[in-house]
Amino acid sequence: MLQGTHTPGVLRKVFGGTHRNLKRGSMSGKPKLTYFNGRGRMESIRWLLAAAGVEFEEDFLETREQYLKLIQDGHLLFDQVPLVEIDGMKMVQTKAILSYIAGKHNLYGKGLKERAFIDTYVEGTTDLMQMILTLPFSPPEAKKKNLPLIIEKAKNRYFPAYEKALKQHGQGFLVGNQLSWADVHLLEAILMVEEKEPTVLSEFPLLQGFKTRISNMPTIKKFLQPGSQRKPQPDDKYVATVMKILKEG
Amino acid sequence: MAGKPKLYYFNGRGRMESVRWLLAAAGIEFVEEFLETREQYEKLLQDGALLFQQVPMVEIDGMKMVQTRAILGYIAAKHNLYGKNLKERALIDMYVEGTRDLMDLIRVHHKFSPEEQEKNLALINERATARYFPVYEKVLKDHGTEFLVGNQLTWADVQLIEAILMVEEKVSTILSKFPLLQDFKTRICNIPTIKKFLQPGSQRKPPPDESYVVTANRVFNRK
Repeated sequence: MLQGTHTPGVLRKVFGGTHRNLKRGSMSGKPKLTYFNGRGRMESIRWLLAAAGVEFEEDFLETREQYLKLIQDGHLLFDQVPLVEIDGMKMVQTKAILSYIAGKHNLYGKGLKERAFIDTYVEGTTDLMQMILTLPFSPPEAKKKNLPLIIEKAKNRYFPAYEKALKQHGQGFLVGNQLSWADVHLLEAILMVEEKEPTVLSEFPLLQGFKTRISNMPTIKKFLQPGSQRKPQPDDKYVATVMKILKEG
Repeated sequence: MAGKPKLYYFNGRGRMESVRWLLAAAGIEFVEEFLETREQYEKLLQDGALLFQQVPMVEIDGMKMVQTRAILGYIAAKHNLYGKNLKERALIDMYVEGTRDLMDLIRVHHKFSPEEQEKNLALINERATARYFPVYEKVLKDHGTEFLVGNQLTWADVQLIEAILMVEEKVSTILSKFPLLQDFKTRICNIPTIKKFLQPGSQRKPPPDESYVVTANRVFNRK
């Protein structure tokens, strides 16, 4: 952290610096997550930190005033959450945050090509999870129509690709021979789709095995237990809170 | 053959344009195969060339890469455009995600009805002037070098110049309140590889027109 110096403008938004801003940061040194009290775009970050065995704190947005204050105080680079305060930075943009955590905690493979594979795989699972993430915010007729389409994409586009990747790679993991961001993200996606359609893995034996194995890794097993910081599926109250805070609709 | 990267996409900007920009900025020659018929697309699918059944796809260093962001990350890292350490990467990642969000508003613009386009144009203007460009203006001011991150050209600079030019095509005066971005634009456009890409006859693509829309719809069997 840049202590005692006057760090103007945008770099202050990212690197903190003055006493006033330091007050917001985590006193314990743990990453601090600012978001709504629900999954949304922050959930993948919770998953990755948990998988890496990194403890974190959370600040939940409950009112529009809190959100506007974050903006006024210059904490949000693009006026958006997720916000993660980590290693003296105020990071925004989910992908950037996940990449940083993966890079820091040895979950980003070894070398340029493994990174490339991991990046490709997480983009796929992001696309899939994004469809489910936005579902609660669409009108009822759209929800009814879109859910079957999402399941269809999971079964015909995404899961076949990951089943094949596991088959061809022949290790317990998608990339290399140890857990990476790609594996964590895929497990998150599998569980998310299964919540909507419990039998979705019925034709993917390798993904079934993958799910069991990765779920049993100690840090992940812990995250999957009740009482962890994993968030439940969004409900009407969550949707209403988000819309109120962001003043959308 | 470990030759030039080969880009598979429509003959137009879309999601592939950022890849063309980055390769060009890095001084990397590339070849292109343009999708014009449904049969071409189906052959790529049948041959298992498209991991998620989608383009862009780039054949590079023995890989058939898909997912634009993954492709860009690989090119950036390979060609020394991704900063020098984890924190520079983090800044670059944040900045490119911001410009990506802005460019996405423009990328889909041509798909809208005239009425929706009017609204979208207002949104583009608002986002550019109130959310994104102020941030990059301040980064340049606070950072004090010619570039957004570190002291040499990175992916973040290339994507920002692409975004600036793209917004200017829609709102020509968009940089009027951003003097540092104006200087940035002039400087970056004069970098030899980028200057070359901006000249007629390069592989830079024009904004989408009617025939581009028709082709994409035909290839993807859309109405």
